[in-house]
Amino acid sequence: MDWLELIYGFFMANLLGYGGGPSSIPLMYQEIVPHYGWLTDEQFSNMLALGNALPGPIATKIAAYVGYDVYGWLGLIIALLATVLPSAVALIILLEIMQKYKQSPVVKGMTLLVQPVIAVMMAALTWTMVKGPTNSIGIWQTLFIAAIAFWAIKRLKLHPAFVILAAFAYGGLVLRYTV
Amino acid sequence: MISIHKDYVQLAIAMFRTGIVGYGGGPSVIPLIRHDAVTRYTWLSDDEFGETLAIANALPGPIATKMAAYLGYKLRGVRGAILSVLAHILPSCLAMIILLSAVNYLSSSKVVAGMIAGVSPVIAVMLGIMAYEFAQKAYKGLGKYLSAVFILLALLLLQIIHIHPALVIVLFLGYGAVHYRIIAKQQQGGSN
Repeated sequence: MDWLELIYGFFMANLLGYGGGPSSIPLMYQEIVPHYGWLTDEQFSNMLALGNALPGPIATKIAAYVGYDVYGWLGLIIALLATVLPSAVALIILLEIMQKYKQSPVVKGMTLLVQPVIAVMMAALTWTMVKGPTNSIGIWQTLFIAAIAFWAIKRLKLHPAFVILAAFAYGGLVLRYTV
Repeated sequence: MISIHKDYVQLAIAMFRTGIVGYGGGPSVIPLIRHDAVTRYTWLSDDEFGETLAIANALPGPIATKMAAYLGYKLRGVRGAILSVLAHILPSCLAMIILLSAVNYLSSSKVVAGMIAGVSPVIAVMLGIMAYEFAQKAYKGLGKYLSAVFILLALLLLQIIHIHPALVIVLFLGYGAVHYRIIAKQQQGGSN
């Protein structure tokens, strides 16, 4: 029952992600690669690359692609609904009922305490994503590209989309002879 | 003649525009949505937007779609909410599928293989930066010692004992719910 798995996977990943779509990325990775095996590590990395090169919300782009890949157009709709609907409906209902919980220390504390868990999951995902290219283009090329990307994003404050496009160009022109 | 209420047109334009200009996921487009909702179309006041955003942030799940759904619902009910979310997410979702299908189709090409290999380290760097930023949020909210303790605890539970992430998050949420009360109690005890 692929479509049931799509509902469960995307519902859980977004139910547990606090702070918008990006914080759900490691949770979606957990469902997409290790849990259900819809994509490989390499495919997931490619998807993130294109997802980050395109504008717009990231969680829905991931859900749309994986849903489509697993179960066609119906899968796309199912994965998108599982991602968007629960939290959207919850917000509308909550705002209809009351306005008083926004400054609640309970809610603030919960949002805060999720951060360390997301940080660790994101770091683990980073490590997984480093191992892939090390195997295909070697440690030195990987370190070289990573160092330049870090410098461009953090020091030059270059937009990540440009860094991704530059890496595509470098790979297409230079790395084609090594892969 | 069928007349379409101007709210639908404005919603569609605003959400389409904010859905195709923001980079870095939903949180990065919130200021753009605020601009359209508060300044351009005056659907609600700045304070109302701020309060709505605060409540939206208290709920899990993607943030841009939550805001799109609420604004659509506020103006035109369920139909407004559906239109608003679709206008916001469909363009980027379709672009994603077309682009990735093209890449998969061309995956035997050396050029495409090189491009993919070239971009992987960049993605790793971006994820690493995000990991650092989440750790920074923990540090700002919890302080030096507590954030170190909780990050190490998360590392232990997730990577060494291999407890399911959902369970770890529920545990941390559970403590988070009483975190500020415990801190307040401790401070009271300290001042007496």
